[in-house]
Amino acid sequence: MRIRGRAWRLGDHITTDHIIPGRLKYKVRTLEEMRRYVFNDLIPGFSEKIRPNDVIVAGRNFGYGSSREHAARLLKLVGVGAVVAESFARIFYRNAINVGLPVVEAFIETEDGDMVEVHLSEGIVRNLSKGTQVRFKPFPPMIMSLLEEGGIESYFRRHGKLPWE
Amino acid sequence: MTEKILSSKLGRDVEAGEHVVVNVDLVYAHDGTAPLAIDVLEGLGFDSLSGNVVFTIDHAAPAPHAEAAALHIQMRAFASRHGIRIFDVGNGISHQVIPEAGLVRPGMVVLGADSHTVTLGAYGAFATGVGSTDAAIAMARGRIWLRVPETMAITVEGKLEDGVMAKDVILEIIGRLGSDGANYKAVEFLGSAIEEMSLDSRVVLSNMSVEMGAKVGLVPADSVTLRWLEERGVEAEPLQPDPHADYGEEIIFDAREIQPNVALPGNVDKVRPVEEVEGVNVDEVFIGSCSGGRFEDFLQTVRVLKGRRVREGVRCIAAPASRAVYESLVESGILAELMGAGCVMGPPTCGPCIGAHMGVLGPEEVVVSTSTRNFPGRMGHPSSQIYLASPLTAAATAVRGQLTDPRRLLS
Repeated sequence: MRIRGRAWRLGDHITTDHIIPGRLKYKVRTLEEMRRYVFNDLIPGFSEKIRPNDVIVAGRNFGYGSSREHAARLLKLVGVGAVVAESFARIFYRNAINVGLPVVEAFIETEDGDMVEVHLSEGIVRNLSKGTQVRFKPFPPMIMSLLEEGGIESYFRRHGKLPWE
Repeated sequence: MTEKILSSKLGRDVEAGEHVVVNVDLVYAHDGTAPLAIDVLEGLGFDSLSGNVVFTIDHAAPAPHAEAAALHIQMRAFASRHGIRIFDVGNGISHQVIPEAGLVRPGMVVLGADSHTVTLGAYGAFATGVGSTDAAIAMARGRIWLRVPETMAITVEGKLEDGVMAKDVILEIIGRLGSDGANYKAVEFLGSAIEEMSLDSRVVLSNMSVEMGAKVGLVPADSVTLRWLEERGVEAEPLQPDPHADYGEEIIFDAREIQPNVALPGNVDKVRPVEEVEGVNVDEVFIGSCSGGRFEDFLQTVRVLKGRRVREGVRCIAAPASRAVYESLVESGILAELMGAGCVMGPPTCGPCIGAHMGVLGPEEVVVSTSTRNFPGRMGHPSSQIYLASPLTAAATAVRGQLTDPRRLLS
């Protein structure tokens, strides 16, 4: 599985409140209605500027804060192909895998707009604009199968059971 | 204690780093996360739920608008169809209501679709926050996969100075370790300062352990815990770490060195002693939430507020964490003192902490809050500023209208 897109460079401790403010969850019912608010406090108009398969490249502790799964679902919905970060907050990390959003723990020098390629099964992130690459520990087969099949819901629909059952 | 709990669940010894599938004793979700879990369950066609499920309506409760009310209706209908116990509007915040109802015991595995589920670690439960899909799967199947976390011991020895509360202790810890200092780890709170604490204080430590990334924040279940549970009709066994428990890391704090602390706006690990940043003018003070709305929090609050008034121009909003807390404030006379000082009493709700309702901040407004997080925009407008502090500091700030070290107002 290979994801290729432009990089959006973000810093450390990007919280789920940055991704989608909690206050909206009770006002706006559907994910479709929430999409225009994604990262809006941080990057105004993000949901219109992003192109499918763009890659977020962030620092430490990405997805820190609330357990709201809307954060991971919305990133996928607006078109984020993968998130590459130095580290992730654990609930966001689980949520991302459950909804089929590839999350890769790696550090690669990147600037906004660089072309980035993530090879999930091989465990490689490439910065095509800079001609650099780094390796990360590939996912265990169970996690890989969830990502390949687009998350736990589509996995269950296809197999009638959970990966560990 | 984590490995002990999971080993006992699985009937074999487990080690940190292992992936395991465990039975879940309790799984809960609230009006912010249950609707999505319901969508997942209905989408996948799960007709019967094998998990022990509880719902709470606490985040936008009572409903501030029709959209929230619609989510509440969806939860009530689903709960009634599946025989799910629901704590409806006014009962209070899940992490307080659930232990009060006697639904938690040491050694249980508990999942909550809320990051502050770690609060229940104060009762000796392996309790962790998950997203709605994980919660839905646990509701349907009664099981979840987990990676057994490494354990970090945080020991606080000695006696806390008067005017210093559990909130100051946990802010001190987060300030030193950073907001990812315990990421993926099980944290255990040990030492004489913790042993001396009431449950109302211990929950604050467990509650905010997630603000440094912890998967669980456990406190040993000792005689204090067992008495608290017994008063709520729960018989339980103690849970203590093994005398030779193997901690990956052990960090020691001296209780006597901890002062009233504050987390500056932006991130919970930007911690400074209150005394160094006194004088910031505030528009609002919020005393409440799963991290600062229990009986002891208000008991301390009125030590400062009694015989004083909230300063003109400041809104001091006080919201007990549960109906039971509210009732104890009425019976003890504390409610009258809070109102006499000019506090605005809110119902039991998470509302202000997540900017859902009741005290939402406007542009550039400043709040001192006993709640859990101070991320930009969390309590309202993106330009508003949230300082996190103890109920004592919040009360002193309400009186002076500016950030104040509570020791100035304690005799």
